[in-house]
Amino acid sequence: MGTDHHIILRVVAKVLIPVIALYGFYVQFHGDYSPGGGFQAGVILAVTVILYSLIFGVTAAMQAVSPGFARAVAAFGFILYTGVGVATLILGGVFLDYDALIAEPAGGHAGQHLGIILVELGVLMAVTGSMVAIFYAFAGRVTEIRDEDW
Amino acid sequence: MIDSIHELVPATWAVHAPALLVVIPMLMAPIAALMPAGRIGWMISNFGVFCALVMAIVLVVAVRDSELGYISYHMGGWQPPYGIEFRIDALNSMVLLLVSGVGLLASIFGWSSVKSEINNAKISLFYSAYLVCFTGLCGVAATGDAFNLFVFLEISSIATYVLVALGAGRDRRALPAAINYVLMGTIGASFFVVGVGFLYAATGTLNMADLAARLPDLADNTVVMAGYAFIFVGLGIKAAMFPLHQWLPNAYTYSPSFVTMFLAATATKVAIYALIRFLFTVFGIDFTFEGLSLLWVLMPMGLAAMVACSFQAIFQTDVRRMLAYSSVAQVGYILLGVSIGTAAGVSSGLLHLVNHAVIKGALFMAVAGVLLVHSGARLSDFRGLGRRAPLTMTAFAIAGLSLIGVPLTAGFQSKYALVTALLQNGWWWAAVVVVFTSFLAVIYVGRILEAVFFQAPIGPDTEKKRLPVLVGVPLWAMALTSSWIGVDGGFVIGLANDAAASLFTGDAQ
Repeated sequence: MGTDHHIILRVVAKVLIPVIALYGFYVQFHGDYSPGGGFQAGVILAVTVILYSLIFGVTAAMQAVSPGFARAVAAFGFILYTGVGVATLILGGVFLDYDALIAEPAGGHAGQHLGIILVELGVLMAVTGSMVAIFYAFAGRVTEIRDEDW
Repeated sequence: MIDSIHELVPATWAVHAPALLVVIPMLMAPIAALMPAGRIGWMISNFGVFCALVMAIVLVVAVRDSELGYISYHMGGWQPPYGIEFRIDALNSMVLLLVSGVGLLASIFGWSSVKSEINNAKISLFYSAYLVCFTGLCGVAATGDAFNLFVFLEISSIATYVLVALGAGRDRRALPAAINYVLMGTIGASFFVVGVGFLYAATGTLNMADLAARLPDLADNTVVMAGYAFIFVGLGIKAAMFPLHQWLPNAYTYSPSFVTMFLAATATKVAIYALIRFLFTVFGIDFTFEGLSLLWVLMPMGLAAMVACSFQAIFQTDVRRMLAYSSVAQVGYILLGVSIGTAAGVSSGLLHLVNHAVIKGALFMAVAGVLLVHSGARLSDFRGLGRRAPLTMTAFAIAGLSLIGVPLTAGFQSKYALVTALLQNGWWWAAVVVVFTSFLAVIYVGRILEAVFFQAPIGPDTEKKRLPVLVGVPLWAMALTSSWIGVDGGFVIGLANDAAASLFTGDAQ
């Protein structure tokens, strides 16, 4: 079956995907000042990959973002978050005490800013990677029993 | 010995022990997930869990030496009750020591067992899931924040569902078992979080110590009572409290041997810890509703579990299923001890909690060894194994006798403590039930031991395969630990008494 009659879908998806990705990053970085942050932004970013695979097929999506890559992104996000906590420990604070990240005079908040941005980046990576990996796990699943064998 | 280990850890790190205990395995989990080969995953898992064990030992010593009786660690430097607090007292440190000790033995033992049961490409991910599960269990035991406890409970549970489902490689029935567990576990977690929500609505705080300080003024508040009921049932499901244990037998029977062994020794134990924490620290024994629930719910359910599930265990033909039903019965003993509501009673429950973890760990490890080297885990497969696998089966017998409660074993120590506490409280009829169900344990353990040692092996004696060293060593470590507790239980009894005392002196406010 040809996919020519999906041309509108494909064109619209191509237009929308970059905008969705951009909006995802907006939610991510504006999360400091308004509702939003890594979780929501991560889901929105993952939606770009999911939309792409719905329109162009899972195989094409997997060529663009491989399942292994998605898993690695998720794991790195997790490591980044925990790593920030360990870094604060090593720099002399308690776990996730962002003030320890940057030596600054009392009352400065640069450490808090840096810490939350890094942690939210970790959340973004972990959520995006996991969402895409979960989607691949369902969409890319090959039936273990063929229908005729029932 | 534990003091010398404590001294080896630099003081700058020892200060952060409550966080590191949870953080190191947590950090190792994604690293293991990124590793291509299972062998490296195994090493990372061992490293993470070993560090956790060292930190648990540091905590046991630090709590013992602390003036307040507890150690408080403020995450991110935020003061409780606003920030998340890890509060380690005698009870937490005992549970943490148990979980990380069993976790290390399990992780070492995984080398051969996991390799034979799990698809090679998934071994690293398997260890990653194991580390996440371990992190969650340690987190539940370490945290002093009610909502944070829920989060860690879910972290461990979700990893557990995955681990159980991975048994599908050997037996497809693992999949329905896992789904069943997911449904029951999710209901349990939802009930728990609804209960915590009610408490938050009534008090405006989530910190356990702060809750404990505020709740006495609200003793007659119906919202608090509803919250209590929800938390009680939610944690009851997680702890496999009779009759909420239906998820357990299948999950234990069909999951990979490694998972069965680890879950049997830790997961329900940590849920029981959480239950004890809420009953005695957060609500406090004076909470009127609680006295009733101990007397009319926990005690009858404990007795029912002991009798009903011991009977069910007798009629099983699969050894793992038999041990699974026995686990539910043992949870009954623990809850019976707790339901007495005195320091002696809770102490006997905690002692049995530790002993049962060690005993069941050893038993399931031995069964895993049998599965690895010999054919199956049905009772008929065990015939004559005493001759073919003498070392494995001797360890199995030691742990089995301990499960019955033969003198000079760990099981005897805890049942003795339990019966003493029951008699002190005047519940002589419950003590009779304890003795009666111990006879039931004689029957079901006896059925296995009879098959193992007194029946002729079935089939030709195939080439004798040796039990891998990395299974044998953890197995015997477990079996000898249970004997050591039985002969000289001073250390563990001391831990249990301190833990129970910390609940009743009210040093957690």
